[in-house]
Amino acid sequence: MANDLMMGSHILMTALKDQGVTEIFGYPGGAVLPLYDAMHEQNAIRHILVRQEGGAVHAAEGYARSTGKVGVVLVTSGPGATNAVTGLTDAMMDSIPLVCITGQVPTHLIGNDAFQECDTTGITRPCTKHNYLVKDVNDLARVVHEAFYVASTGRPGPVVIDLPKDVAMGLGLYSTPDKFKHKSYNPQIKGDAKAIKQAVALLAGAKKPIFYCGGGVINSGPKASALLTQLVRSTGYPCTLTLMGLGAYPASDPQFLGMLGMHGTYEANLAMHDCDVMICVGARFDDRITGVISKFSPNSKKIHIDIDPSSINKNVRVDIPIIGDVANVLEDMLKVWKSSQAKPDQKALKAWWKQIDEWRAKDCLKFVQKGKIIKPQYAIQRLYEATKNLDDVYITTEVGQHQMWAAQFYGFEKPNHWMTSGGLGTMGYGLPAAVGTQIAHPDALVIDIAGEASILMNIQEMSTIAQYHLPVKVFIINNRYMGMVRQWQELLHGGRYAESYMESLPDFKMLAESFGGVGMVCDKPEDLDGMIDEMLKTDKSVIADVRVEQLESCYPMIPSGAAHNEMLLGPKDEADRPISEEGMVLV
Amino acid sequence: MTPVEETINSHTIAVLVDNEPGVLARVIGLFAGRGYNIESLTVAEVSQDEKLSRITIVTSGTPMIVAQIKAQLGRLVPVHKVSDLTLDGPSVERELALVKVAGTGEKRVESLRIADIFRARVLDSTNESFVFEIIGDTGKLNAFVDLMKPLGLVDVSRTGVVAIARGAGSLEDQKN
Ligand SMILES: Cc1cc2nc3c(=O)[nH]c(=O)nc-3n(C[C@H](O)[C@H](O)[C@H](O)COP(=O)(O)OP(=O)(O)OC[C@H]3O[C@@H](n4cnc5c(N)ncnc54)[C@H](O)[C@@H]3O)c2cc1C
Ligand SMILES: Cc1ncc(C[n+]2csc(CCOP(=O)(O)OP(=O)(O)O)c2C)c(N)n1
Ligand SMILES: [Mg+2]
Repeated sequence: MANDLMMGSHILMTALKDQGVTEIFGYPGGAVLPLYDAMHEQNAIRHILVRQEGGAVHAAEGYARSTGKVGVVLVTSGPGATNAVTGLTDAMMDSIPLVCITGQVPTHLIGNDAFQECDTTGITRPCTKHNYLVKDVNDLARVVHEAFYVASTGRPGPVVIDLPKDVAMGLGLYSTPDKFKHKSYNPQIKGDAKAIKQAVALLAGAKKPIFYCGGGVINSGPKASALLTQLVRSTGYPCTLTLMGLGAYPASDPQFLGMLGMHGTYEANLAMHDCDVMICVGARFDDRITGVISKFSPNSKKIHIDIDPSSINKNVRVDIPIIGDVANVLEDMLKVWKSSQAKPDQKALKAWWKQIDEWRAKDCLKFVQKGKIIKPQYAIQRLYEATKNLDDVYITTEVGQHQMWAAQFYGFEKPNHWMTSGGLGTMGYGLPAAVGTQIAHPDALVIDIAGEASILMNIQEMSTIAQYHLPVKVFIINNRYMGMVRQWQELLHGGRYAESYMESLPDFKMLAESFGGVGMVCDKPEDLDGMIDEMLKTDKSVIADVRVEQLESCYPMIPSGAAHNEMLLGPKDEADRPISEEGMVLV
Repeated sequence: MTPVEETINSHTIAVLVDNEPGVLARVIGLFAGRGYNIESLTVAEVSQDEKLSRITIVTSGTPMIVAQIKAQLGRLVPVHKVSDLTLDGPSVERELALVKVAGTGEKRVESLRIADIFRARVLDSTNESFVFEIIGDTGKLNAFVDLMKPLGLVDVSRTGVVAIARGAGSLEDQKN
């Protein structure tokens, strides 16, 4: 068959199959009808019909993040493609490997303002890792294979293949995905041996060290998390994780300080501020982490492991950059650490841990659940308690306070079990991401910890959930506010809550039922455990509407323009320390 | 005194790319999207059989920004090589300009005299105008254009800078 002419649409399906694709998230339309026709004729790949293309991309993100595979999306031209843009940008920011195939008007109409034409490669150029417009059917197979390579190699990201309808219907030759060396894109995987030696020496001599690790550890695969855990344990040093890194190191481990950054723990942030040696593993010194750069960890030597040279020295100047893949570099580091018989200064380390324990004693996440109203933190804590011993639990989130509380109060022991929109902060991410995660793990428990505002941004995906009988659980922390917005208005704008109150919310219980799911409501602390139990027992989809304290704010918080050691631990700090003018303009 | 970290310098960067549709848009989009400035940009195919183009960009920034620009260019998929000709050893730079000057009498004679000093060639001439071709580094071209202003400068068209490393090595062989 190798030399037989095939139709473009069949070439595409064959290429996807040869790439090991088993699920595609998509939505049909005129420009992709031949592709849907070709899909109809085969059984290797299952198509999941979403209810809006934005949902398809987030579903593919959830699928990708929870499996380590490339997520695949298929949408039509024009509005199909533009609806995908938010998801593509989200995947770009969070380094999620996707291949998104967009239909396009036939080549002879491109540039003609044809029906449902848009300049897809132009629009998506800044929000994809790479994109292709296929003009010759004989290029199609190569482009698909290359797209998978680009999406998953180096720093992962989304890749768009724009496919004009005449190319999809034209006849051409197929080629298999033979191992090839890309002519220009070959990221460095192995770390420089000399730099690794220097890093180990620096680490071994540290008196106040810290591991600051992020999403790159997850990107690198489960082996990277195992190696990180080994290295952290053999050093005895403290470890903190970014929002994107949660699960890369076991949350229950005593060396774990919790998440760092804007809503991170007191101990993690102060340890970052006071440390003398920082090793950053697969994290990118994001502004949610550093606070004001000039005051960021002023007295530390910094090591940075990252596969993307453009992440190095972007925001923060580091002393020892190591370009390479986390798993690969950590494996080498561990070897050098062992063979050099590094012996950290135990006395210094003990003093450092004593200091950390004092910070820990502040118990910065404490809250008091009393009275008749459920505290949002309590709701998530009870959800965690009820599910932490279950085998396979995947948590997705929307964006806002509930997302931060989920990060603070839900403990992750393993990588790939936490799906959240970190870099772009896309409300509406969580429900479709839960769809994709549940498709990938049909028997697992998948919970979207949601806000009542965010959930409405992609609520149409309840219909997808119904169609595929997905037992997704939506756990709404319902504070009747865009809580995170309200909190910032309180902090920066004198508590003038412009447009952040959620009016006219639907009856979420009835909404669930209308999609064939089960609806639950809870507004009393004493009923919460019972409702969670019931939710977990149900094998259908559930929307649990948890009515929580309306005006609760999320602490700790490093306000904009402040440093790690200027954290606000509660409302009192907030009242005492007004935000600087420079801070006001930051987001 | 400004610390070294903060000083802004001009850098000439050579980029070898696949000559495919959209590649220039990717490079320009990167500069626009991230707020880097382009002082000059030239591009042309340099190898037909391998379909490679060479882009020469003159940009400026602090050492940290310039390093970031190079890393950002390097991670574009169709980019083969990025070389900072300002840092990676000695190089030569040239630019070509076509300069149209209109005038009669003394001014016309004076423009021709200056063109001679600058070794500019006359490409076109009418009774009241010249088109000069001048080749040199950016500074020489600027000086020439400035001198032509009072003499009836009408139009300038410049190629932007092209540059190449001195010595035997090629851009492709260079380690990134
Ligand atoms: C409302 C809100 C509040 C937030 N508050 C916080 C907060 O308090 N704390 C917090 O941490 N975040 C917070 N975030 C998230 C924040 O915006 C960033 O998304 C996050 O901090 C980035 O995580 P990261 O540094 O791990 O990088 P990622 O975005 O995960 O990037 C991964 C890095 O690793 C590199 N990499 C990828 N693959 C590999 C590999 N195989 N080997 C080596 N390197 C690799 C990449 O090049 C990149 O530099 C918040 C987000 C929202 C929406
Ligand atoms: C698409 C999108 N629009 C706007 C925002 C800005 N934003 C961030 S959090 C938030 C409020 C979220 O409210 P809700 O989902 O109820 O969560 P809560 O903060 O109340 O827990 C808004 C509007 C965003 N992140 N994403
Ligand atoms: Mg809310």
